[in-house]
Amino acid sequence: MAISFEVNGQRRTVDVDPQTPLLWVLRDTFNLTGTKYGCGIALCGACTVHVDGEAARSCAYPVGTVAGKKITTIEGLSTDRSHPVQQAWIEHQVPQCGYCQSGQIMTAVAFLAKHPSPAARDVDDAMSNNICRCGTAQRIRSAVLRAAELMRKGGQR
Amino acid sequence: MTNLTRRSLLKSSVSAAAALVIGFDVPQEAAAQKPIRKKPMPNPIKAWLRINQDGIVTLIYSKSEMGQGVSTSLPMILADELCLPWDKVRVEHAPLDPAHAGQGTGGSSSVTSMWMPLRQAGAAARQMLIQAAAAHWQADPQSCTARGGSVWHNGKALTYGELVEAAAQLPVPDLATVPLKKTEEFELIGKPLPRKDIPAKVDGSAIYGLDVRVPGMVYAMVARCPVFGGKVKSFDASKAKALKGVNDAFVIDPAPQVHSWGGVAIIADSTYTAMQAKRLLQIDWDYGPHAAESSETLRRQFRRLVDSRMKVVINQGNADAVIGSAPQEKRIDCDYELPFEAHATMEPMNCTVYIGNGRAEAWAPAQGPEWVMGVIAQVSGLPPQKIQVHTTYLGGGFGRRFQADFAMEAAQIAKRAGRPVHLVWSREDDMTHDFYRPASYHRISGAVDDSGNILAWRHKSTSTSIAEWWNPKETPESSELGCAAQLPYLVKNYKVEYLPAASGVPRAWWRSVEASSIGFVMESFMDELAHAAAADPYEFRIRKLRGARKVMNAIDPKDRPLETARMQGVLRLAAEKGDWGKPLPGGHARGIACHYSFHSYTANVIDVAVENGSVRVKRVVSAVDVGTPVNPDGIRAQVEGAIVYGLTAAVKSQITIKNGSAVQSNFDRFATLSMKETPELVVHIVPSTVAPTGIGEPGLPPVAPALMNAIFAATGKRIRRLPLQPGDLA
Repeated sequence: MAISFEVNGQRRTVDVDPQTPLLWVLRDTFNLTGTKYGCGIALCGACTVHVDGEAARSCAYPVGTVAGKKITTIEGLSTDRSHPVQQAWIEHQVPQCGYCQSGQIMTAVAFLAKHPSPAARDVDDAMSNNICRCGTAQRIRSAVLRAAELMRKGGQR
Repeated sequence: MTNLTRRSLLKSSVSAAAALVIGFDVPQEAAAQKPIRKKPMPNPIKAWLRINQDGIVTLIYSKSEMGQGVSTSLPMILADELCLPWDKVRVEHAPLDPAHAGQGTGGSSSVTSMWMPLRQAGAAARQMLIQAAAAHWQADPQSCTARGGSVWHNGKALTYGELVEAAAQLPVPDLATVPLKKTEEFELIGKPLPRKDIPAKVDGSAIYGLDVRVPGMVYAMVARCPVFGGKVKSFDASKAKALKGVNDAFVIDPAPQVHSWGGVAIIADSTYTAMQAKRLLQIDWDYGPHAAESSETLRRQFRRLVDSRMKVVINQGNADAVIGSAPQEKRIDCDYELPFEAHATMEPMNCTVYIGNGRAEAWAPAQGPEWVMGVIAQVSGLPPQKIQVHTTYLGGGFGRRFQADFAMEAAQIAKRAGRPVHLVWSREDDMTHDFYRPASYHRISGAVDDSGNILAWRHKSTSTSIAEWWNPKETPESSELGCAAQLPYLVKNYKVEYLPAASGVPRAWWRSVEASSIGFVMESFMDELAHAAAADPYEFRIRKLRGARKVMNAIDPKDRPLETARMQGVLRLAAEKGDWGKPLPGGHARGIACHYSFHSYTANVIDVAVENGSVRVKRVVSAVDVGTPVNPDGIRAQVEGAIVYGLTAAVKSQITIKNGSAVQSNFDRFATLSMKETPELVVHIVPSTVAPTGIGEPGLPPVAPALMNAIFAATGKRIRRLPLQPGDLA
């Protein structure tokens, strides 16, 4: 069954089992490998993308349900790492192995869109369901707060 | 030579031994070929740098980047000797070739082992560039200087890009005597420089093993026996093969030299198809000899062993008699225990391999690329010259990716497929077929006198030994005792005993290896002794570390001695920055611990708040002495990471065993520390100019003991079994 949706501003159509998780369509069909497989049961957040602007766990998101929707992946955030969240991530030297960071960044972007002036506690609440085994949580917290500041200063996207 | 330990693996790879010497029965046709050997002196300009027309210099690093920052710290060492501006430097992972042998990455050894070779290579390359410039100007090389990526003479400059071709033709100076920069001349070393790998890790462009895409590639998964050591008896793949997109299903054989037990492989046109097909396989397993093992049977065995007469490994003085005659109030006897732990790297195991047309190529997120080459040589029968191994970024390592089991499976499948095979492990595969941190059990006894002297310390230990699993030629205790063989404290009578426990559970090197267990036991017990002596735990440690003593390793006398002055240094710094002794609100308390591992010194002061039986870790202040700090921000990041990894193991995660299988198979039951639970982390680095030592692992051992010492200070409850259980503080 052909399923059409938008990925990073481009209209895409796939003909796969509609139960196929969006993650594998992104990674194996579209070669958008920035979105990661971590747990397969929507627990770790490495696969986080935006579906119509909302953070979604693509590993447990049947592609059939995204028909007609707009998907944004880490590759679609900016063309030049200029998104304030990406800038803050670099400024605070967040990633270690980096594998979970696409999902962390996508979670943070969706959160900041709704909470432009978060307190540290809000950041903790929003980010606590993303797992990082390298232990970068403290830097992520600082970077999210910094990104909020950058966005308020005019980098709003 | 079918077995090895990490230490010998590292030694052999560091000493640039042939790839094929590592761990394998080499096929005859491959053995007949000349193995890879490092030439005595590779031209440093050709081996370590490439310069393009714009003056951008690409520096080569030959260790695996798994988040620990070697793609920055190693090029920093080279760039400093080369007088290169950091913003003009790009970095690239080395090919697996004779000039870059020794790519095994582990044991917190990358900076330690590469410090001198890279400084020598950089200094030699600088000298060659200067000579090329001097020849061009017909000037005395002594009157020329290297600065900012150019050589200068009387106000004239030639860029390295202009000089590199001529310089590369010059004879290579003797690396042993080439003049190196003095410490005060360092321009990059010691500065917190931005990491080179980070930009690609914020836009999704960094390529990990799972992101490898090769033309013509197929996707593979393997169904493995849930019971450790179990094998395929028979299987029916008719339902799996009926699925659209499934190409093949077949048995792969056990490969005992990498502790892989084979299974049923599926080849399909996508990861998801392979995952679905795997579920449809019907397999009859031979569960093998370990199907009855459980955490309970292992614990009973542990207790039997520590109750029994054990092998005496260290016996200084007469600990048995002193403990036996000590008055009850000055004597402590207690048991500590630690569970298996999974590595749980965020990127599950995987490997991409092509074998065909008389050659092989692999893309591996591996800590041991030479070992990957070894297994491919073994499976394919190809000589190393015909095998290319590309090391990708690693989505976490922590020791797990030193193994070659995933490469072995990929090679076995690729040999049959004849086209590039991308082997993917599911999270469940990864967590239930790990090589776990050993489970261990410790009976520890000691006595203090009225003046606060430690009269005796006896440590009876048992575990699922790594050495026994990997190399029966080595003594089983050689991998299990760590700093117990190098007790830094003044103790009059000291005894260490050990026996290994029989277990079928795979085990190997987990972040900080045995130091993660021994450090918890030793530093918790030190706290118990301090309390028995009615002393402040910090003051007690400082007193027992007194003097600038060098403590030899009682098991391995060739190991570097522990310097008590440096241990005092980190302890004092952690105590000062961690507000040791300062007042705290009710329910709050502090704990302290220090440890020596991988030749680095670390100490922690941890603040906790305990309320209604639940503990909140408020702050961890860490002090580390790693010799010369190369990239201070990288060091801080590693210690922050080790603290979180250590806290997860102390209060959250464990692998338990039932029916010969791992019970936990995903992050639902293998819980990790969340951001909400992550305390404030503060890392201080002791200034030093001695040669650098590792920091990927040493931040971990003093975490659990400092935490449990803090919990004791807050509650009077001593936690001796990890991880902390919900009822422990009730």
